[in-house]
Amino acid sequence: MKILAVASAGGHWIQLLRLKPAFQGQEVVFMSTKQQFKSMVPDSEFFLIPDFNRKDKFLILKSLFGVWKTLKQIKPDFIITTGAAPGLICIFLGRLMGSKTIWLDSIANVEKLSMSGKIAKLMANHVYTQWPDLEMGKVKYRGKVL
Amino acid sequence: MMIFITTGTQEPFDRLLKAVVTIANRHPEVKFIVQVTETFVEVPNANIELKGFLSPTTFDHYFDNADLIIGHAGMGTIITALVKEKPLVVIPRDAKLGEHRNDHQMATAKKMSALNYVKAVYSAKALTELIDLFINENISLKSKKITSYASEALIGELKQLFS
Repeated sequence: MKILAVASAGGHWIQLLRLKPAFQGQEVVFMSTKQQFKSMVPDSEFFLIPDFNRKDKFLILKSLFGVWKTLKQIKPDFIITTGAAPGLICIFLGRLMGSKTIWLDSIANVEKLSMSGKIAKLMANHVYTQWPDLEMGKVKYRGKVL
Repeated sequence: MMIFITTGTQEPFDRLLKAVVTIANRHPEVKFIVQVTETFVEVPNANIELKGFLSPTTFDHYFDNADLIIGHAGMGTIITALVKEKPLVVIPRDAKLGEHRNDHQMATAKKMSALNYVKAVYSAKALTELIDLFINENISLKSKKITSYASEALIGELKQLFS
């Protein structure tokens, strides 16, 4: 299986890297919002994605097209993300091109699912929270990044 | 002694930086390195160094060499401190003060300190007092040790999806 693991800089990315053992035996490529993070995944291919939080509307459209082209090039069987907006966009575009998609809501969301997580619920094949009391319906709890 | 302060990659966190200026005034012998993206706070202190976004290597360098980490309640900071067994104090960003889009850092700080993962404070005054105690009386602010990866249950669940 080819897996695309994607997350924004900061806590989202740190949490994604803690999932590494789950990718053993599969081909995994990483994607994040800072080029410097390539050094943290030396054994994998690394792709850059814009940080959609901070872009104006025209740039969002332009960036969306860029991400679409990158996803076409990667052709992942699975897309897994720990958030935030860039991961959500990969899930949306990934679904359109037939990838299976997984949203793991950040452990920072202890009281309710993140806004992006609520949207991901509508699109992703699998949605996980990291807090047992937030498990509901499609949103499953199966452990934490800690 | 060196204290590394990290405020994340998002908005400014001037309340924390002002507190650091206060603390640095009280402790001129301590060096403070602050990772901050943007700020309007004036920093006259010779013992405070401001840094912008840090590459992973430079970030690790400061993190590893610090005697104490002070951070916003971001999970990146918390997890990194737990893995490296570094003393850590967090002060959550407060949405009421315009420091974040919502109050999830408050909730994170409360939950993570209730589970004994971090020491959290909620005001500049409490932070200053705690850091005084750390510097003058050497109280322990060490976090508990965690493993390098996610829980076996979560890894197992994902492996099963990929197989």
